[in-house]
Amino acid sequence: MNSDSNKGLQGPQETPPTTPAAKHESSETQVLMKHVFPVEADDFTSAGEASGKIKNILKQLGIDSQLVRRAAIACYEAELNLVIHSWGGQLTLLLTPHEIKIVTEDTGPGIPDVDMAMKEGYSTASERARELGFGAGMGLPNIQRNASRVEIYSVVGQGTTLKITFGF
Amino acid sequence: MALNLLRIKNILKAEVLYGDNMLDQEIISACGSDLMSDVLAFVKEQTLLLTGLTNPHVIRTAELLDVSAIVFVRGKHPAQDIIDMAMKRSIVLLTTKDTLFTACGKLYEAGLTGGGNPREL
Repeated sequence: MNSDSNKGLQGPQETPPTTPAAKHESSETQVLMKHVFPVEADDFTSAGEASGKIKNILKQLGIDSQLVRRAAIACYEAELNLVIHSWGGQLTLLLTPHEIKIVTEDTGPGIPDVDMAMKEGYSTASERARELGFGAGMGLPNIQRNASRVEIYSVVGQGTTLKITFGF
Repeated sequence: MALNLLRIKNILKAEVLYGDNMLDQEIISACGSDLMSDVLAFVKEQTLLLTGLTNPHVIRTAELLDVSAIVFVRGKHPAQDIIDMAMKRSIVLLTTKDTLFTACGKLYEAGLTGGGNPREL
């Protein structure tokens, strides 16, 4: 369904992760809809709620069900990454005329080696995450598999911004 | 080959925890795993999830993947709040005393094949 040609992976970069919203809104097309969901570190009870809401929003907009499912999976993986790895952050849904964008921005330890983090099976998740059935090192690879484009901006000791784009 | 949930219930001698009135749903693929990370990499519609986990993330994962029904194996019985979550999302819940291996084997033998290659979305 996806061709590898339209996937891009970028990172790590020296860009601080504190102003990503400005980065993706300034240079691109009109934002038709924007929803921001805060995500707390280690809050496994609520983990996934934001993704469920985003899925419902996309469904109600009448977006193709296969695309909604791909976006929901990537969004859930990204939300779990915030809960498992970050010190807290937020998940943003942006809709433009031809793209769905899901952006996570966190403060946290950052990703020292993005190439390693993209490898299936590589994980630094806690025991708690593993007990719940996560932390198998499938998150970022699965996000990339579902998305049209993935960009990672991470600074060790500061945080990570992940931009996931789905074209339609 | 597709199987409906009533047939699956009978094959696994399962108890219905929620969704007695939705057992006519056709299931075309299945995924057996206690790793939700892996489950998220197997995506197909009308899929049955078999697992020994009974935490809320099983229901959330099923919701996000449009999984129609979950079979809890090894006699696992989720807490009422988990059943309530499934009710809100119209996800059928079954429980069987079979192990994950045995339950998957019985369904495969009956004609239900796997959830697909995770790399083929």
